[in-house]
Amino acid sequence: MYRYDQYDQQIVDQRVAQFRDQTRRFLAGELTEDEFRPLRLQNGLYIQRYAPMLRVAVPYGLLSSRQLRMLARIAREYDRGYGHFSTRQNIQYNWPELSKTPDILALLASVEMHAIQTSGNCVRNITTDQFAGVAPDEIVDPRPLAEILRQWSTFHPEFAYLPRKFKIALNGAKTDRAVIQMHDIGLDIVKNDAGETGIRVLVGGGMGRTPVIGACIREFLPWQHMLTYCDAILRVYNRYGRRDNSFKARIKILVKALGPEEFGRQVEQEWAHMKDGPGTITQAELDRVASFFTDPAYATLADDDAGYNAQLTEHKGFANWVKRNVHGHKVAGYASVTLSLKKTGVPPGDATAEQMDFVADLADRYSFGELRISHEQNLILADVRKADLYALWEDAKRAGLATPNIGLLTDIVCCPGGDFCSLANAKSIPIAEAIQRRFDDLDYLHDIGEIDINISGCMNSCGHHHVGHIGILGVDKGDSEWYQVSIGGSQGNKASISTVIGPSFAAGEIPDTIERLIEVYLKNRNEEEHFLDTVRRLGIEPFKAHVYGDNRGALKEVANG
Amino acid sequence: MAKLILRGQVVNDEWTLVQFPVKEGPVRKQAGKPVLFRITGEQAASADEIAALEVPAGKVIVPLPAWLARKDELAARLAQGELGVWIDSFESPEALAESIEKLNQFAVIAINFPRFADGRGYSIAALLRTRYGYTGELRAIGDVLHDQLFYMKRVGFDAYAVRADKNIEDALRGLNDFSETYQPSVDEPRPLFRRHARSPAG
Repeated sequence: MYRYDQYDQQIVDQRVAQFRDQTRRFLAGELTEDEFRPLRLQNGLYIQRYAPMLRVAVPYGLLSSRQLRMLARIAREYDRGYGHFSTRQNIQYNWPELSKTPDILALLASVEMHAIQTSGNCVRNITTDQFAGVAPDEIVDPRPLAEILRQWSTFHPEFAYLPRKFKIALNGAKTDRAVIQMHDIGLDIVKNDAGETGIRVLVGGGMGRTPVIGACIREFLPWQHMLTYCDAILRVYNRYGRRDNSFKARIKILVKALGPEEFGRQVEQEWAHMKDGPGTITQAELDRVASFFTDPAYATLADDDAGYNAQLTEHKGFANWVKRNVHGHKVAGYASVTLSLKKTGVPPGDATAEQMDFVADLADRYSFGELRISHEQNLILADVRKADLYALWEDAKRAGLATPNIGLLTDIVCCPGGDFCSLANAKSIPIAEAIQRRFDDLDYLHDIGEIDINISGCMNSCGHHHVGHIGILGVDKGDSEWYQVSIGGSQGNKASISTVIGPSFAAGEIPDTIERLIEVYLKNRNEEEHFLDTVRRLGIEPFKAHVYGDNRGALKEVANG
Repeated sequence: MAKLILRGQVVNDEWTLVQFPVKEGPVRKQAGKPVLFRITGEQAASADEIAALEVPAGKVIVPLPAWLARKDELAARLAQGELGVWIDSFESPEALAESIEKLNQFAVIAINFPRFADGRGYSIAALLRTRYGYTGELRAIGDVLHDQLFYMKRVGFDAYAVRADKNIEDALRGLNDFSETYQPSVDEPRPLFRRHARSPAG
């Protein structure tokens, strides 16, 4: 993985000093709350319901075991012994003290980490495929370009005060696992017929109040131009994006207002001035950064391992886990493993300091000392020998990290919600737990098969409910918590935005509602058909009818009447 | 006399900033209408207001609309090197550049930051310095604070009218928060990877 040189280290160290001084001035009353807010936000520090929340960047989701141990130490010494892995491959601490955050940043800097631009109206953490570099369907490893983007975006002087936040994601595989269509800029790395690497550039995707799927403004941008082209996009947005209404300030609104063609034309016009300028990426720089992402020292193995095959037939539990949590790998004899942070009763994405230390040990023992965070809020060991899978499973089970539910109904993506977040309309963690408890039968879960449930506590959509096969959104209705349910969203190459099925539900009604949606699916599915495909084939009507078509629904209509 | 950071020093500001009187009443928003956000809802000065604007004697920085409408009248001041222009964050540097043969005839161009969170001025500055070749004093005015100065310096500002209620000596430190930068900008057009031989892995 990428290692800092003296320049990277100096920049991060100077950031710590800068933020220490900013915090001191705030505490001394030299900066008002309004003046301090954007400064602390650009360091990932929110003032939340109970305490500040610190969001630490995990650039493109990649961590070393040493870094994870530091995250565990911070959880132990500065928080309440746990952290929350977010849908943007970051980690959040819910209980740090404001006055101690500079010390946390100094600890992070000591392991080549930071919290730079993890919030605020600036370019946020760059995200990509959690299986980058190991996925069998990968065309180009996106990590070198992701690191080049990280450096370019870090303290970009022209784009630190954008109209609104700005998220960039890259994909380099046939199947998009980075949700690039739902980002402000989505970069799809492709190869042309001549074998040259280029980028299909999408803009204007996003979730939030107005979910939009990104539009392609350039089919093939040679990779050398990635930064100058992003500069051009951001300049057009910085100048013309709305600033009078924060709900309408994302780039997607500007792209919609102008139309993607006109927006693209303005970008091209701007880019004409920057093209081939010094911001053009050199082959030498790409090669240098790529040298950090070469393959680890894989052993030459047969793809089949006799012991592993025997364990699969002998242990149903192991086989279930392999079926859900083990993924293909480009190298024979290896696999990628997802350690589930979706055990029932634990807030989705949360990990204790002990678990983090434990996973760091697992990474050292089984996966070359590295791991990844997925945007589905799980941890990935990317390079595990098949022969080691059984031992890893047994280890992971002990730490509560082997729930065999990846991609299943209980692998719920969920924001911290009203329990922690001051933006939330409603709680989301207890909803996730209630659903997990209702669907606690493993055979039933496997029978239902692949289904994404996403829960957001408010319109900001941190739980990505717009792209859930079932999306649940906390809505504000006076003093009680209500939830809007939608179906038919999806991430991936055929990303779609879900459709609301009808009036909102009280918290206690959610498990029944999910169960009814599943009933319609089970009754109507064709062989091998996933929930999403059934929704796409039938439309929402049969689901709606079954959910609302009883007394409860009738009562509700009167109540809403 | 007001203070100013000019090319790294705190100096007395010799220029008078000429502004339109503050308007009463709320700004009307175009709620619910699909509009192009070339100009994002801010009110421009009316022809009457432009005509009525008093320009005092001495070195003055006038608003862009006043310069555009009253060029002939202001030509003598320009020739004496006593005229600067300021651009608001929603105004167009293109209009300024097109209004004069050589932008460098202005002794000062100032860019207003109505709120420090309004980042349009950074792009305007970069455009004036790069696309339009302005080399004179480029001044940040308005909500100009310590923690924005480093970014402002990078995009080409060399003068900062720090908000009057803030300690300007303290703000001066903000110019030097970082000694290295990754990406090209006006102050350093080469990115880090073109300036230093950086080490590969191993």
